[in-house]
Amino acid sequence: MSKLFMFEKPMGMRDTFPHLYKMKKNIRSKVENEMSAWGYQFLETPTLEYDETVGEASAILDQQLFKLLDQQGRTLVLRPDMTAPIARVAASKLLQDRNPLRLAYSANVFRAQQREGGRPAEFEQMGVELIGDSSVSADAETIALLVSSLKAAGLKDFTISIGHMEFVRQLFLQIVGTEDRSQQLRRYLYDKNYVGYRKHVESLPLSSIDKQRLMRLLTIRGNGSSIADARALLEGEQGTKPLAELQELIEVLQDYNVEDYVTIDVSLVSHMSYYTGVLFEVYADRVGYSLGNGGRYNHLLQKFGAGVGATGFGIRLDYLMEALSPQASEESSALILFSSERRKEAMELANELRAKSQSVISQDVRGVADVDRFTAQFKDVHWIVGQSGKAGGRA
Amino acid sequence: MKELTIAMPKGRIFEEALVMLKQAGYKLPPEFDDSRKLIIEVPEENLRFILSKPMDVPTYVEHGVADLGIAGKDVMLEEERDVYELLDLQISHCYLAVAGLPDTKMNEVAPRIATKYPNVASSYFREQGEQVEIIKLNGSIEIAPIIGLTDRIVDIVSTGRTLKENGLVEYEHIVDITSRLIVNPVSYRIKHERIQEMVDRLDRIISKQSVL
Repeated sequence: MSKLFMFEKPMGMRDTFPHLYKMKKNIRSKVENEMSAWGYQFLETPTLEYDETVGEASAILDQQLFKLLDQQGRTLVLRPDMTAPIARVAASKLLQDRNPLRLAYSANVFRAQQREGGRPAEFEQMGVELIGDSSVSADAETIALLVSSLKAAGLKDFTISIGHMEFVRQLFLQIVGTEDRSQQLRRYLYDKNYVGYRKHVESLPLSSIDKQRLMRLLTIRGNGSSIADARALLEGEQGTKPLAELQELIEVLQDYNVEDYVTIDVSLVSHMSYYTGVLFEVYADRVGYSLGNGGRYNHLLQKFGAGVGATGFGIRLDYLMEALSPQASEESSALILFSSERRKEAMELANELRAKSQSVISQDVRGVADVDRFTAQFKDVHWIVGQSGKAGGRA
Repeated sequence: MKELTIAMPKGRIFEEALVMLKQAGYKLPPEFDDSRKLIIEVPEENLRFILSKPMDVPTYVEHGVADLGIAGKDVMLEEERDVYELLDLQISHCYLAVAGLPDTKMNEVAPRIATKYPNVASSYFREQGEQVEIIKLNGSIEIAPIIGLTDRIVDIVSTGRTLKENGLVEYEHIVDITSRLIVNPVSYRIKHERIQEMVDRLDRIISKQSVL
C-alpha cells in the first residue's frame, strides 16, 4: 500500500464545511421541532456497541459494519443504525410498563462502503421509534409524522411507497407451500430482480393459475384498487389480515390528510427478515437513492428481552439536503476591525451588537494580511482604527 | 411528461436495442446510430440517451444519473448493483463459460483463472467447491491459457468462433446471458407511469418476436 498523503480520509468519510454545517443545522432543527411537537423525546446512545448485541440485531448487513476490538478482545461495532441501540435502551431501561414509548434521535451512523466512493460511510440519520404499540394507528402515526417532518424541512415533492411483509410472506406460503420456497421468491423481490422472479415462477411445478397469481403481484401498484387487486390474489382467509391492516392504514392516513403522499406497493421487500408488517420507503425527485425508510419490526425488542412490537422510520439527512438543494446563505456576521489603541471601544461595540443576537467578528487589523480581500467578505464592516475621534466610522 | 434518461452500452447491444425501441414506436432520429456524441437528446420523445461502456451502465443507473439502462446479465452479475431488473429484452444472446486448452487439467495447488468477471468467476468456482486464484484481464482473455498465464478462462461466448480460432475448448457452461432493462429504484417510483409504458411497449415487441 502506498503511503497516505496528509490530506486523506478513510473511504466514505466526509468533512462538513461551515456553510453545509449551517444548512444541516437548519434542516435538523426544523425536523427536530416537528418530532418534538408530536411528543417524541430525543435521546443519545453510544457510538460504539457490541457486535454480539446491537451489531447482530441491526438490520444492516454484516459486511457494512465497521468493527474493532476492545481491550478484552470483544468485537465492537460503530453503530450502523439507531433502531437497534434504541431497542436495547428501551427494553432494558426505559420501557417501565408495556405502554407506548415515543423516542426520537438525530445521530451519525456508520456503514462501510466496499465498492467505491460516491456514498458516505458516515451520515446523519433522524428518526423516531414508537415502541410498545402494535396497532395500525401507530404505523399510520409514524408515516404521518414522516410526511410532516419532510414538509417541515421544506421538501415538497416526495412519495412514500408502502408495502406489507406479512402479505407477501403469506401469499407465497399459500402458493408454494414451504417457508424455504417462499423465502426464495422473497429473495428475488428483495434483489429487485423481476426478470429472475418471473423465470423462477415459470420453472415452478405450479398450475398456470397459481403462476398467474405470482406474476400479477408485480403489477399491483398505486392507491386506487391495489388492495382489492391484492385480495384477488389470495384464496381463502390466509393473508387477508395484512391487507385489512393496509386498508385501515390508508383510512387513518386519510384522516391525517396525507394520503396524497403515499402509494401502495405490495411487492416492496426492503429487507429479508427484519420487518414484520407494514414497511415503507420514501423517494424524492432528483435524488437517486431512497431518502429514508421504516416499518414495523415486532421481533427486534424480543432480542433485547422485551416482547413488545415497535415501528419507526429513519431519514437520511445527507440525501434530504440533496433533495432540498438549499441555497447557501451568505456570511451574515458583522466585522469590527480595530487597532490596538481603540481596542476597548471595539470590544464594547461588539458586546452591544452580540447582545442584540448579531454575530460579530472582532479582528485586530494587525492580524490581517490583505485587508481589502478580508473585508470584502462582509457586508457590515465597522472600522475602529486610528486615533480616537478621528478617522473611525463605518466603511 | 417527465424526461427519461437511458444509459446505453456502445456497440452491438446498442444497435439491437435501438431496433427494439424503434419497433416499440419510439421516434428516434435516423443518424442516431453513427453519432459520436456521448449524450443524445431526443426532444420529440422527451428522452435522453447516455452512451457508455457496457460495464458502466448499471453504475449510472444505481446512482440515479440515468433512470433506465440496458445492460447484459453478465454485467449485472458482476456488478451486483442496487437496481430493478425489469425486463429480459431477449437480445444479444450469449453465455458465460469456462474454457481452456484441450485435454488439460487445472493446477491442483493453485488453479488460476483469467477473466473480465472476477466476481462471477470466483463465486462460480466457490459453488463448485473449488478455491481459485483470479487474474483480472481487460480484453483478449483467450490469450491467457495459450501463453501459460492461467489454466482456464471465464468469458462470454456467443458463437464459439473466437475460442476455436485460438485453439481453446469449452469446459463448463456457467449461465445464459441476454440484455436486461434496468431501472433506478427512485425513478421506478417517481416516474412510474412513463417507465411502465416503456416496459409494456417493449414487452409487446419481445412477446411478438418470441412467437415467431
